[in-house]
Amino acid sequence: MRFAVIRFPGSNCDQDCVLALESFEGVEASYVWHKDESLEGFDAVVLPGGFSYGDYLRCGAIARFSPIMKAVRGAAADGKLVIGICNGFQILCESRLLPGALIRNRDLHFLCRHVFMRVESAESSFTGAGEKGAVWNIPIAHGEGAYCAAPEVLEEIEKRGQVLLRYCGAGGEVGEETNPNGSVGNIAGIRNLEGNVFGLMPHPERACEAGLGSTDGRFIFQSMIQAFRKTGATKTGEEAA
Amino acid sequence: MKVIVTVLPKTTVLDPQGAATAEAMKHLGLESVRGVRVGKSIQFEAQGADEAKLHEIARDLLSNPVMEDYKLEILP
Repeated sequence: MRFAVIRFPGSNCDQDCVLALESFEGVEASYVWHKDESLEGFDAVVLPGGFSYGDYLRCGAIARFSPIMKAVRGAAADGKLVIGICNGFQILCESRLLPGALIRNRDLHFLCRHVFMRVESAESSFTGAGEKGAVWNIPIAHGEGAYCAAPEVLEEIEKRGQVLLRYCGAGGEVGEETNPNGSVGNIAGIRNLEGNVFGLMPHPERACEAGLGSTDGRFIFQSMIQAFRKTGATKTGEEAA
Repeated sequence: MKVIVTVLPKTTVLDPQGAATAEAMKHLGLESVRGVRVGKSIQFEAQGADEAKLHEIARDLLSNPVMEDYKLEILP
C-alpha cells in the first residue's frame, strides 16, 4: 500500500508521518510536494500537521489552493482514503472536503499534551482496527482546534455517524471538563459522508511507539491499511455504492 | 481603486479573542462593553476589477463562510 504524504511550505509533521507509516509491514510512504499535480500510483493520501503558509489568513486557507489539492480532491472523489491530521484537518475543512471549521481554542492557549478520545464508531476505514467505546491516548498540538459547524450541519453529521472520535476522560466520560479546546460536542475527528475522508486534530503519528508514551495512534493507520487490503477501495459510509 | 474587506467571526460562533478583549476593556473601566468581535481587515488595490470577482475572492479566500462574515468596500 502506497501513501502520499503531502508537503506544504510550513508542514512539519511530514517526516513523523512517513516514519510512522513505514513501521507497518508492506507500507510505502513518499513525500509529495504541494506544487506537484498528480497522485497517480498512490492508494491513500495524508495531509500532515504543521503551519502551512504560516497559518496566514486562516489555518489551511491558502494551502487549499495549492496545485496538489486538485489531485487530492480527485483522489477523494475516486474513493481513495484521505486523512488530514491537525493542520491537514484544517485544510480539509477549508477545502470543503469535510464540513465545518476549526477555530481558536476556547481558552486561547496553544495546547500540546496527551489527551484521551473515545471511539464513537469502529465501522469506518479509520477506526476499524479498534473497538467502539475504546479510549485512545493520542497527543494534540494546536492553537486553532475548536471544531465548529452550523447547527443544522452538526445535527446532520451526528445523525449520520460521521463523528468518529470525541475528547473524553480516561474512563471514556465525555463532557465540558474533558473538552480540551472547546470543540462542539467534544468532536476530535470526523469523516465525510462517503467514509473515505477523515480529519482529526490529535496526532496519531506521534503515538506509534511505546517510547513516545502511547501506541494508540497505530489503530488509525492500521485501520486504513486493513480497509484498503480488504476492499482495495475504501468507501464505507452509508453512501458507498 | 482601493478595496477594503473586513472579516469578522459570525455572531453565532464563539469568539474567544473577542471575549478576552471585552474582559480587558471592562478592567479599563468600560463596564458597558458588549458584543466585542475581533476580526481582520484586508486592503488592496485592483484597477478596474469586476465586483463579482472581488466578492468571489472575499468569500472563497479572504473569509470562511462557515465561521465568518465579510464586508466589501470599494473606494475610488
